[in-house]
Amino acid sequence: MDLLLLIACSECSRRGTRLLDSALIDFTYLVVAVLFILCFTKLSHPRTAVQGNLLGATAMILAVLVTLTNPAVISSLSDIWPVLVGGIALGAIIGGALALRVKMTAIPQMVALLNGFGGGTSVLVAGAAFIDSTDRGLQLTVATTLSGVIGGITFWGSLVAFDKLQEWLLPSNPIHFPGQQSLNCFLGLVVLALAATIIVEPSVTWPYLALVGVASVLGILLTIPIGGADMPVAIALLNSYSGLAGAATGFALNNNALVIAGSLVGASGIILSQIMCRAMNRSLVNVLTGAIGSGSETSQADEIYTGKVKSTSAEEVAMLFDAARRVVIVPGYGLAVSQAQHAVRDFADLLTAQGIEVEFAIHPVAGRMPGHMNVLLAEADVSYDSLKDMDEANPTLSQTDIAIVIGANDVVNPLARTDPSSPIAGMPILDVDKARTVVVIKRSLSPGFAGISNPLFTLDKTLMLFGDGKQKVLDLISAVKETNH
Amino acid sequence: MEIFVGVSTVFVLAMFVGWMVITKVPPLLHTPLMSGTNAVSGITIIGAMIAVATPDELSTILGFIGIVLATINVVGGFTVTHRMLGMFKKRD
Repeated sequence: MDLLLLIACSECSRRGTRLLDSALIDFTYLVVAVLFILCFTKLSHPRTAVQGNLLGATAMILAVLVTLTNPAVISSLSDIWPVLVGGIALGAIIGGALALRVKMTAIPQMVALLNGFGGGTSVLVAGAAFIDSTDRGLQLTVATTLSGVIGGITFWGSLVAFDKLQEWLLPSNPIHFPGQQSLNCFLGLVVLALAATIIVEPSVTWPYLALVGVASVLGILLTIPIGGADMPVAIALLNSYSGLAGAATGFALNNNALVIAGSLVGASGIILSQIMCRAMNRSLVNVLTGAIGSGSETSQADEIYTGKVKSTSAEEVAMLFDAARRVVIVPGYGLAVSQAQHAVRDFADLLTAQGIEVEFAIHPVAGRMPGHMNVLLAEADVSYDSLKDMDEANPTLSQTDIAIVIGANDVVNPLARTDPSSPIAGMPILDVDKARTVVVIKRSLSPGFAGISNPLFTLDKTLMLFGDGKQKVLDLISAVKETNH
Repeated sequence: MEIFVGVSTVFVLAMFVGWMVITKVPPLLHTPLMSGTNAVSGITIIGAMIAVATPDELSTILGFIGIVLATINVVGGFTVTHRMLGMFKKRD
């Protein structure tokens, strides 16, 4: 690297030019970092968010352009431009095609994949810096080691998460085998030993390759015990790792743009994993080890429900809306599975046209990643000011005439509040049982992810509308239109 | 060592800024936030460009793969975020 700087320097007509250039480059990276911060600041409201995203993209273009003037890059530009242009073109085609074609229900998979690529890039870039360096100082070796470990875990862990979400090779339920924890601990120790080797003996390169290899295996092993329902946490956590790996790479290259961008992404992922864990009232360790309550109660579920559940018809429900002034719709992932978003939007519009106030109450874990349900409803043209998060919605549910639960179960289970021995005890829920009438659209009385029965279904005020989510909403639409005639 | 202290200062302060900025993003926009962070983490592309510029053949190859992956993140991340944000509309 130093040799290159010398070559680059000798090419400068004046000695001062290089220093000036390098200061100018660093200054531009500062501008880039500020634009990234503004990009996330503007994500605080949907009105400014589009502009924020464009700011981020502008910052990225600026960063790439100014890096072209880096002495090492500019001096060899005549040789390397096909590699740069080819790489960017290939990446842009793949990335663009992915982004334009992905279905909104598959966004979690795409984010998982991109988390992985972020981690992978860090491993490659830090590795290249390590290989190139003739004088490997402590900062470079420690940062490269961190980048290799975190990046390796992120890349392979994300590929497993992607596969589980896509349901290709691995089952979405947790995979456990005997000695799993001991094996992970052992591999963790191997990683530490290799890291120590790199730091003590920085002149050899093989320990880095071995380190990345072991971290890769660890990434796979750490992700396979995480169940499908816990994927929102896993994706958020891997998102955080991809940022931290980038920050570590920034330390290896002494590059503030990488450090700042990496920290922002790292902080974002940590915050989102925390929010998701809190929404499920589980610790991160509990999620990561895949330890969720067993479904031992399912056998008695039928007895709990027998004779207490009121099944109803769309026509009966439709009559309720005559007297209703406020309706809250609670969507769960079942709504997306039955592709009912557009039907629900039509239904909400119909009620609104009758002067009924309609809002959507969205639990943080309603979709398959943080905020997923909001995107799915926004795609169906539901106005964003009627999408309420749990903290906004809960105080209003007691003044709600009808709460309609579609394809959700655990997130509306009052046992979370009342039964301390329940696997979901303490989990924050949407208090739909406080509404005057509750309509639950559901295929059957089968339990949700937590595998427990739901006393909400047996309440006097609850009406069950059994069937496919989309079909039932369509039935409701025609029934409401009928009653008006 | 001075360099390390400098970079560490930037890192710690950036984590704080990140914490404060990101906590203000409403749950409504958490999915675009994540795809947006995917795009921003593609900033490693500048490291990959520098890796390509070194004479070592291995690091040129690593750098090339790095550029491809990082560009997928940048283009894919910003584009899909733009697509999603365009869906959030307010109706009166």
